[in-house]
Amino acid sequence: MNGVGNANAGVGRAASQVHRFLNEVWRLQPLYVSLYAILLSFVVGGVLISIIGVNPFTAYWALLRGMVGGGDQIAGSLARSVPFIGSALALAFAFRAGLFNIGAEGQLLAGGVTAAFVGALSWMSDLPGIVAIPLILIAGTMGGAIWGGIPGVLRAKTGAHEVISTIMLNSLVLFGVRWMVNSRDPVVLRDTDSTVPRTDPISDTAVLPELVDSQPTLHVGLFALVGICFVVAFVLNRTTFGFEVGTVGLNPHASHYAGINVNRVIVASMAVSGSFAGLAAASEISGTNGFFQPGTFFLMGFDGIAIALLARTNPVAIIAAALLWGSMLSGAPLMQQEADVSIDVVRIIQAMVLLFVAADAIVRYLFRVRELDQSPFKAKSIEGAV
Amino acid sequence: MTTVENAAGIAGTSSQTRLDRQSVTGLVFGFLGVALIVGVAPAISSSSRRFNFEPPPDPAGIGFDPPTWVIAIGVLFLLTAALGFAPPAARQWAGPARLFSALAVIPLILVLSLALSDNPSTNIVNLFNESLVLATPLALGSMTGLWCERSGIINIGIEGTMLAGAGIGYMTYATIGDAQSTGWLWFSILISVLAGGLVAALLAVLSIRFGVNQIVGGVVINLFALGLTGFLRSEVIVKSGITTGVGTSEFGLPLLSKIPVIGDQIFRGQPIYWLMYVVVIGTWVVMYRTPWGLRVRSCGENPHAAETLGVNVVRIRYQSVILGGLIAGLAGAWFSMESQARFEDNITNAAGFIALAALIFGKWTPWGAFGGALLFGFSRALGTRLQFLGVEVSGFEIPSEFLQALPFVVTLVVVAGAVGRSIPPAAAGQPFHRSR
Repeated sequence: MNGVGNANAGVGRAASQVHRFLNEVWRLQPLYVSLYAILLSFVVGGVLISIIGVNPFTAYWALLRGMVGGGDQIAGSLARSVPFIGSALALAFAFRAGLFNIGAEGQLLAGGVTAAFVGALSWMSDLPGIVAIPLILIAGTMGGAIWGGIPGVLRAKTGAHEVISTIMLNSLVLFGVRWMVNSRDPVVLRDTDSTVPRTDPISDTAVLPELVDSQPTLHVGLFALVGICFVVAFVLNRTTFGFEVGTVGLNPHASHYAGINVNRVIVASMAVSGSFAGLAAASEISGTNGFFQPGTFFLMGFDGIAIALLARTNPVAIIAAALLWGSMLSGAPLMQQEADVSIDVVRIIQAMVLLFVAADAIVRYLFRVRELDQSPFKAKSIEGAV
Repeated sequence: MTTVENAAGIAGTSSQTRLDRQSVTGLVFGFLGVALIVGVAPAISSSSRRFNFEPPPDPAGIGFDPPTWVIAIGVLFLLTAALGFAPPAARQWAGPARLFSALAVIPLILVLSLALSDNPSTNIVNLFNESLVLATPLALGSMTGLWCERSGIINIGIEGTMLAGAGIGYMTYATIGDAQSTGWLWFSILISVLAGGLVAALLAVLSIRFGVNQIVGGVVINLFALGLTGFLRSEVIVKSGITTGVGTSEFGLPLLSKIPVIGDQIFRGQPIYWLMYVVVIGTWVVMYRTPWGLRVRSCGENPHAAETLGVNVVRIRYQSVILGGLIAGLAGAWFSMESQARFEDNITNAAGFIALAALIFGKWTPWGAFGGALLFGFSRALGTRLQFLGVEVSGFEIPSEFLQALPFVVTLVVVAGAVGRSIPPAAAGQPFHRSR
């Protein structure tokens, strides 16, 4: 991984000047790779846009205005980003325990369908909002936690690798919710009045308060998920459980001999990790959609992987990374409308971001970024895996 | 990534106090046998049913009596259960009996579904053929996974590789051949295959040259392929206006398709379907009967030992991953130029992940993976068939989703080691660094 080359002197020398300046002013060093990865991805996207005969600056200007061009756009971008925080936390937390939770996709579905089921129960409308809203959020969280806990238990009890079992569980839950939402005979969760397959609308009392009537609606769930990020940062850095999780992630054998119950930590980490995805889904159901449709969460779990890695699994950095991710998706339609560039360009750029963050040797070589000796973002535990 | 492997080691050692696996399967089969004989057989309709071998006008077939068959299979299960607890001398028959019983589940499902439906007959040869056809992309995808993982590279980007093959192939076909011409069709399938190889080469560079976590590499491939094909579809295919066309055409194998009754159903098919058999057989021959195949497997089990013996691990891994990608590209062509001649976003619809499940179900062997693909193909074909037949269990129509989900449950059970544990190649997922 020694990408610090002696060649490409021009770019490199200029870059190191910039680095010195940035580092003295903002201490951004741990973020260099992520920032350069984003820059590089936009360059690649720009080349692609030029190939189809559109001026990339026109397209990017439209994209930028779609992202942050006005109050509505900013609110829409924030709203779009909220669930990504949860799905990224799901990966990041498990990652600290040395586990690769690629099941956020399924945990979102499990959480979402549980939340929608509880939210639509007939007695929910009798409860005041202060009870009903926590109830629907807890229901979603539990759904996600259970679906995340299963691969944890399988890993701890049988050694089945969580990557494989979460892939199976993703497909399983997808078939499960499809059936629940599609089936008319018997009716499971389907709203029989609706022509499209979806669940009954949740009770009005269980709807998260709206902040801005944007597209999609910006709701209070934003605070919940941002708050959770800080809680996770605290738990990981300041509590015994967080210490155990980190220790197991670094060396399960040493943890075992130090008296940590490794199996318990594995199961707990996976369940906690799934609960974040479940919470994100519940806040979407409660705040944005008002009902459950399987298609809502398509790719959200896999996007979470990219966001978590972009943020180097740092819970607070995840907020920024998720905002970038969500706002790009939220701004893309304006780019399509004004510059006639397919919104899929954004998807390509996002894949490139993940690629450059993962293969950081490319970025380090091009921009002469040194590897960190000591990173406040615990880059060391990440280096082994990314 | 080493940390993840270590955690597996610890979790593995602490689970030695499991119930003996043979007794568990014995108990399960015993329970099923009793349930079938005492519970199911008296409950189902005893009116005669019929498995047809050809389409309707006066078909050949066999008639049968559902309860009798259910009891026969129940007895087989009980025998298997008994053998599990038999004295050691008879234990040698326990293994084959379990396999036989497991296979008997398929006729059991067929008998039960026909007994529970209002239709007195169904064409099972056609069902068998549908299963094989639907298994085509899954079998090809699992061969991709096999080549990658046996050489030590985990590939969860099969889905994206297929999608890229499907999209780029169809784009070529639509822009050059107007999606109509047979000559260009073959050229486009070739482009699909090459596109698959190219995408896999990206995975190879990431995981071999840059030592990127292979799971992350796979996720990159999946996201990238989804974006790229969506982009190409809206910028090229839609703008060209040729959104559908003519796909590959069926042909019968010489001589074999002349076999009466079944020949024309089983031995007629489209070219990529036939190529699938060539790929599966070829994979087995090359991987198990050639020196190069042995080297590939050694790279997946112990790359350092392989290197000591003079194997160029890096080169072998590049070759295997790219070969796998070429196969996935062919699977992609099946979606956009054989199954239907069009391309839509996410046309592969998780087939790559199902292929991965088939590979794991098949314990990382060519025939096992092919069997897994057949199981998944069968469950999908059966799901459609049951809806068509209107199978009901006490007024409750069996949803096709249940049947489609079933193989995933089975795979999960296999991964967890409850029945015939599935263990990946030892070095899969670990980056290799040349020692000097």
